[in-house]
Amino acid sequence: MKNNLPIIELNHIYYRYDRENVLEDVSLRIEKGAFLGIVGPNGSGKSTLLKLILGLIKPQKGTIKLFGEEIKHFRDQQKIGFVSQKANSFNSGFPATVYEVVASGLTKKMGLFRFLRKQDEDKIVKVIKSVGMQQFMNRNIGELSGGQQQRVFIARALVSEPELLILDEPTVGVDAENVQSFYEMLEDLNQTGITLLLVTHDIGAISDKVTNVACLNKGLFFHGTSSEFEEQKIKGISEIYGHDVHLLSHEHHEGAHT
Amino acid sequence: MISGILQYEFLQNAFLSGIIIGAIAPLLGVFIVVRRLSLIADALSHVTLAGIAASLFLGKYSTFFLGLNPMYMGMAFSVGGAVLIEKLRTVYKHYQELAIPIILSGGIGLGVIFISLADGFNTDLFSYLFGSVSAVSRADLWTIIIISLFVVLTVVLIYKELFLLSFDEEYAKATGIAAKSIHFIFIVMVALVIAASMRIVGILLVSSLMTLPVAASIRIARGFKQTILFSVIFGEASVLGGLFLSYYLDLAPGGTIVMIAVLILILTVLLKKLVSGRAV
Repeated sequence: MKNNLPIIELNHIYYRYDRENVLEDVSLRIEKGAFLGIVGPNGSGKSTLLKLILGLIKPQKGTIKLFGEEIKHFRDQQKIGFVSQKANSFNSGFPATVYEVVASGLTKKMGLFRFLRKQDEDKIVKVIKSVGMQQFMNRNIGELSGGQQQRVFIARALVSEPELLILDEPTVGVDAENVQSFYEMLEDLNQTGITLLLVTHDIGAISDKVTNVACLNKGLFFHGTSSEFEEQKIKGISEIYGHDVHLLSHEHHEGAHT
Repeated sequence: MISGILQYEFLQNAFLSGIIIGAIAPLLGVFIVVRRLSLIADALSHVTLAGIAASLFLGKYSTFFLGLNPMYMGMAFSVGGAVLIEKLRTVYKHYQELAIPIILSGGIGLGVIFISLADGFNTDLFSYLFGSVSAVSRADLWTIIIISLFVVLTVVLIYKELFLLSFDEEYAKATGIAAKSIHFIFIVMVALVIAASMRIVGILLVSSLMTLPVAASIRIARGFKQTILFSVIFGEASVLGGLFLSYYLDLAPGGTIVMIAVLILILTVLLKKLVSGRAV
């Protein structure tokens, strides 16, 4: 695959819930090897955009291509790893060990009626080690802290060896100390060639980590490299949020004060 | 009692079907509980009652239905009820739990009408309500065996899909697994197991065999497979203990089985408290 091949291509996407437009004319290309941060306030359509890319909903207008293929024909979902907002997506009392949760990441790749083989088991252990969770392998997921759980979910997404990793507000509920090491882990992953798409409202935290930034508020207001974003951030972001914002440096871990 | 089992066919039927139900009801129960669908078993058991009452009623007028095991009609109603619950869950997207009381009350309403049309309760119907192990026929036993084989084989084959769907439905859908079909197969299995279990514990108590062993297991198990294992062990202990006790003390088997399951649950809760108290 060529390096500049777009992994995700959105062309003039429109999406509405009931009568309200959530996304208006959004066009976006994400190239292989990028680390794109999509930022925007609550209700700006970030989660809707992710659901569209994941194929959970369909746009009313516009086209989506994944790995060069129309989304309705796309069957290689194992190329995409997904880490959702932890708090919303699972029952913390669920009796599953870290190992079992990570193993479930192989479900689609293995296909129906197949069982874990020795090499799959080795892969699961390896990926748990790579996120630093080996000592918790046989603990129930509900017994872990928010940051540890999020590492487990990253491992679940990585175990199928995806080319694209999508993260939806992954640091919500993770304490400040762990947020830093969490982003370092993402940077390391990006270095290994995995394309990353990170959605967050925490502008301050990501602008020095990602390679590209897209600002979303129904429409796309800015899309460029992170250094271009830095240059015009105050003006651009004020427009998106509709009022003044003051960016804090990443050390504060507070993100944007709006 | 052992000699009785060797000697009498009805005791053999009762014990074999009890052993099978004691394993498969909690096996599916684990998935039901973790998906927070515990009340579905109650709704479907009442729909099963409507099916059985309909079969008994039709048996008065048609020799075909008179000869037909009422369990089959109960099973058909149960599967139909399961399909309706799924349809209603998509109609009431924001109130998905509404599907359960709708089907539950519909099942009771229809059941009561058929019972009155069939001239009220008779002993046969009573045995379906509260369970009557002595009424388990060889034909019932064979039906239970076939259903169990189907359920166990299906759970083994689609275990990883069922696990993922139960743990994180949104993620399961995002990864592109056939979530709708898997869920449909699951709900049909639940309907079949409920219809198969009612001979042992009765319609009114069938959900207890799917939830109580799981409620106990979830307190102490580590991981999902262990939860299933402990649930099945507790389910078996309840059924076998209940059958033995009811035989020697001349108690209602269904009720005895459920009370042993409750006792196991209380013991695990106390044990867990004791252990975690020590750890602190």
